[in-house]
Parts: sequence; C-alpha cells; structure tokens
Amino acid sequence: MNTLFFKIVLVFYLAGTLSYLLYLFKQRPRISKAATIILTSGFVFHTISLILRYLEAGYTPITNLYEAPSFLAWAIVGVYLFIQFKYRVTSLGSFISPVASILTLVSSAFSKEIVPLSPVLRSFWLPIHVILAFLGDAIFALAFCAGVMYLMQEHQIKSKKIGSFYHRLPSLKLLDDINHYSLTIGFLLLTMAMVTGSIWARHAWGAFWSWDAKQVWSLLTWVFYAALLHGRINIGWRGRVAAIFAILGFFAVMFSFLGVNTLLSGLHTYDR
Amino acid sequence: MHIIVVGLNHKTAPVELREKLYFPSENIEEPLKRVTSLPQISEALILSTCNRVEIVAVTRDIREGTEEIRNFLSSYHGIPMSQLDSCLYSYDSCDAIKHIFQVASGLDSMVVGEPQILGQLKDAYSLANKYKTSNAILHRFLHRAFSVAKKVRTETKIATSAVSISYAAVELAKKIFDTLKDKVVMLIGAGEMSELAARHLLNHGVKEILIANRTHSRAIKLADVLGGRPVVFEDITLFLDQADIVISSTGSANYIIRSDDVVRVLKIRKHKPMFFIDIAVPRDIDPRINDISNVYLYDIDDLEGVVGTNIKMREEEAKKAERIIEKEIGQFNKWLGTLSAVPTVVSLRERFEEIRKKEVEKTISSLNGSSEVDVKVLDALTTSIINKILHYPVTQLKTLDNTREGNYFVDAVRKLFDLEEK
Repeated sequence: MNTLFFKIVLVFYLAGTLSYLLYLFKQRPRISKAATIILTSGFVFHTISLILRYLEAGYTPITNLYEAPSFLAWAIVGVYLFIQFKYRVTSLGSFISPVASILTLVSSAFSKEIVPLSPVLRSFWLPIHVILAFLGDAIFALAFCAGVMYLMQEHQIKSKKIGSFYHRLPSLKLLDDINHYSLTIGFLLLTMAMVTGSIWARHAWGAFWSWDAKQVWSLLTWVFYAALLHGRINIGWRGRVAAIFAILGFFAVMFSFLGVNTLLSGLHTYDR
Repeated sequence: MHIIVVGLNHKTAPVELREKLYFPSENIEEPLKRVTSLPQISEALILSTCNRVEIVAVTRDIREGTEEIRNFLSSYHGIPMSQLDSCLYSYDSCDAIKHIFQVASGLDSMVVGEPQILGQLKDAYSLANKYKTSNAILHRFLHRAFSVAKKVRTETKIATSAVSISYAAVELAKKIFDTLKDKVVMLIGAGEMSELAARHLLNHGVKEILIANRTHSRAIKLADVLGGRPVVFEDITLFLDQADIVISSTGSANYIIRSDDVVRVLKIRKHKPMFFIDIAVPRDIDPRINDISNVYLYDIDDLEGVVGTNIKMREEEAKKAERIIEKEIGQFNKWLGTLSAVPTVVSLRERFEEIRKKEVEKTISSLNGSSEVDVKVLDALTTSIINKILHYPVTQLKTLDNTREGNYFVDAVRKLFDLEEK
C-alpha cells in the first residue's frame, strides 16, 4: 500500500514541479494556484504513505536509502508549504520543488522492500535523532534555494541587465532574511541532532564519538554552518557571501546525507 | 443603434489644439445636453483629459451622427472645421467599441498601460450618468469597457513595471530593500530630478531624508519642503553611514563619493546594503563602487536602460491585451445587434409560442384522447390570445425603435422575458 501511495506522490511532485516552473515563466495567478494545490495534495499523499509505511514496518521509515530521501523530501515540502502559506513567496516553490522531486526520484531508485530493522536501531532515539537531523536538512535546503535565487537576483541588479526574472524573484532583503532565519533554525536542529545522536551512540556503540564517516561529515557540515553563523552575526556577512555559503553548505549536507551511505562505509551504514 | 466615437488625442493633435477643445468637468452639463439634443444622437458622454478629447455617442445613423458631433466640436469651441478636420478621428460600430476598450485598458495612452485614463473614463461616465445623457447602451458599453480593462490588467503584465526614471529607481530600491519603511535617504544636490525621486521615495514611506547642497541655504529650503534634515555639504561622508539610499545630482566635475569612502562606511554599517543613484552628468559617484558587495549603483544611463526594457515589455504585453479585447468586441457587438426591435420581437414571439405549445400539449394529454374538445379549436384559441396580448407591446416596440427610449424598452423586454443571448 505505502509503495502505491509513494508512486502517486512521485507523480504529484513531478507535476507540481512542472507547474511551479511554468509559473516562473508565465506569471499567471491560476498557475500558481494549481501548483500549490498539486504540491499540497502530493504532500498529503506523502504523509499517508509515510504513516502506512510506519504501520506496515513497525518503525519510523527513515532507515534505508528508499526511506530516507523520501522522508527528507517530505520534510522539505512541508517546511516550504508552511513558508508559502505564511509569507506568500511562491517563486521559492519553483526552486524548492525540483529539489524535493529529485530526492523522491533518488528514493524510487532503491528497493522498497521492508526489511527487519537491525537491532541497534530499535530504539526510541531513532525517530528523535533522525527527525531532528532531517528537519535541519530540510531547512538547509530552503537556505540553499534562497541562496540560488539571491545570486540570480543580485546578478540581475548588479549587471543592470533587468530581465524577466527581476520582476519574478523576491527582493534581495527577503531572500537574505530567509537565509538568516533558516540558517539559525537549521543550525539549532543540526546541533540537537548531533547531541541526541551522540547520546544514542553512547548507548548503542558504547562511545559518544567514534569517528564514523557520517559523524565526521556531519561535524564538518556543523563547523561550516557555525562559521557562516558566526560571520553573519559578528562580521556582518550577508547577501552574496551568505548565499554562496548556504549553497556550499547544502552540498556538504547532501554528501553526508547520501554520499556517506553510498560511497563510504561506517557505523551509520545499516542497509548493506 | 450604433456606437460612434469622435475626438482627437495626443497622437493626432498638438497640445495647443487639445487645450482649446478641453471640456472642464465643472461645466460639462451644458455640452453634454447639447450633444444629446442633436437630432441623430440619443446618448453621449464626453471624455476630456489633457491627452484626449472624445465624445462617445449612440446614434441612429452613423454618417449623420458623426457629422453632427464634428460640427458640434467645431462650433462649440469656435474653431473652424478647416483647422480641426485633419486632427479629428471618428470610429463607428466595432471600431468604436475596440477604440474605447483600448482607451480604457491604457493601450492608447502615451505611456502604454498607464492606469490614470481608466479613472478618467469612469469620471466621464459618472458625469454622463449624473446629467442623464447616458442610457441602456452606454451603461452596458462602459461597464463592459471597465471589466475589459480590469481583465487586461490582471491577465497581462501591462502595468507592472516602472516606465519613468524615478519610478524605476523606487522599484529597484524595493527589489533591494523589500520595504522602504525604515530607510534613510540622502540627497546630494537639491535639483529638480532628485527632488522628484525623493518625493516618490517619501510616498513609499522612507523614514528620513538628509539633504546636502553646495549652497547650504538651498538644502535648508528643500529640507523644509520635504520635511527632511539639512546636512552641511562638506560633512557628507560623515553622514553617509546613516544613508541606505543616496541620490546624487550635483554639477561637480569630480567624484563626490569615492570608492574608499564607501568601503569604510560599509564596515560601520556592518555591510547593510546601500543603493546609490547617480543622476548627475558628469557623474558624482565613482562607478567602481558597484563592484563592492552589497552596494548597488545606478547612473542615469542604467536607469534609462531599465525604463527602456520595461517599455519594451509593456509593448509585448500590449499584444496580449489586444487579443483579449478582440474577443470582447465580438460579444458586445452581438448584444448591440439584439437591441433593435425586430430580433427582439422575433424572440419574444418564439418565447410565447414555446409556452403556448407546451401548455396545449399538457392539456391534450390530460384529456386522455377524449374528443370532447377539438385540438384545432384549442390551438386557434391560444394562438389568438397570444396575438392579442402581444399586439400592443409589439407595435409599441416597433414605433419606439430608433427613438431615444427605444433601446431602453427593448432592453427591458429582453430582461423581463429572459431573452438574453445565452
């Protein structure tokens, strides 16, 4: 059942992405409405699919390469929809929905079979640790998209070549604000994910820190974002620099999220 | 009944002539009444702005009606026809409808898409209403024009971008700062252009305006007018860190604001963005500051470039608008066609016949084939009742056709008996 819903979700996300991209080029209010409805429906189906998977598998569905990207996509769409309804920045959707679609596609490439959970994961720390980490990642995805949009808009204004994107993208201030807030919240969530992770590691592996590949990459990402946060608060980094940092930071996030599990091996590798 | 438009605009007539033809709205009653008392004219409104003078009227005869209005314009303003002739245009039927739809949507304006004209047309319409020179056709026509204009505005981007230098500057400021509410503006040089830009920015709610001028007394004077704060010209760089937006327009031969000034100030501001607008020629601000992060510099050519792109975009959008209008003309013209008595009488008879047939059939089937009543008699009876009832209204409609009230009755009949085109 959950995989059937997953297929529906994939269709909705792809259709939603197309509509959001169409909206970017043809600024019709009708298109943005349709895009929002499609993406929101996708999100609802996704939620149902996750609940079904939880009931069928008996654990929070975030443990393998089918479940994790899909869960992250769900979190990203959720965070985005919240922001769209609150701040009405629909153009952000044209950038964030492709990210969610790509993650869902990645997810669909892996086996959807439900395998018994390895004993070490059978813990109440699993949902706490992983949900914190994923929410943080989702918010960093937001900062990533705002960063890309910032660079595009800044280029338009600086080069004085006012194209059509100039009218479509929000103001630099708003994009920089998104960068600032998502950075702060994302960093907080990442920190909490790492703290809960190491407490769990103390129980599961016997040590708070074991130089596992994922731990190392997460720490690098954390240091990177800490540097950006410090720069923002104390040195007055903003705008372009902050946007570039947010973009690079998200690549680090994606590597520690997907790359570590597929390319490197370590204690976090459970499904092989 | 036909719609005609007679008038002139900024494309056909020089301002000297336009101002002679101007109808001030305070005294519009008399000319309106005079137009509607012309033999061929049944309804009229006068649209008179600084860019156009147009009379929209409903007439029984296109050629004569147009001629009457042309002569009225000439005699009312005392301008010989020989002088007026080459500047006047006239449209009728579909062309007139199209023209007014275009005017309402701002497609015929000097700056394509400007919104003022719609308001002016609405005013002209309400004056015609007030003095009762408009009736069924103009009501419907103008309401249609307003809704077409609204459609054009929402479905195209004809009026979304700035097409003047000062508006382009405000638009850019908003793309940088989002809101201008808490922003401080510094004017360097108290010229006319910078004053205009400052006024636009004030309208968008900037918090404070600092004004520096080489002749300090002028800075004080302008500060008084704008409610700003005068700054001694030599102290500009001391106050620069407070300014989010700087507008410079002095006659200085050298750069007044140099790159290292801005670098220094930016550190004090913790890199909060700054927007420089240099409308001076030769330029006042070192162009290299545009390379500094979080600093944006636009000179007069840059702003003109933005305006140029926006105008091009508006013209592209105007094509879309024309398509919308094209569709609407057909619909309205169809309605206009139904307004003469003949088609209305035809559909009125059809409606009655339809009811009659239905009722006769009902009666026959309830009689269950018993031959007590002859079907032919029943038919004859009902038909004659309907003819009797319709006789007077139909003759009345036909005689009233082509009179001032005719359209009103035709329209009323169509509404009362639900004869509207579906």
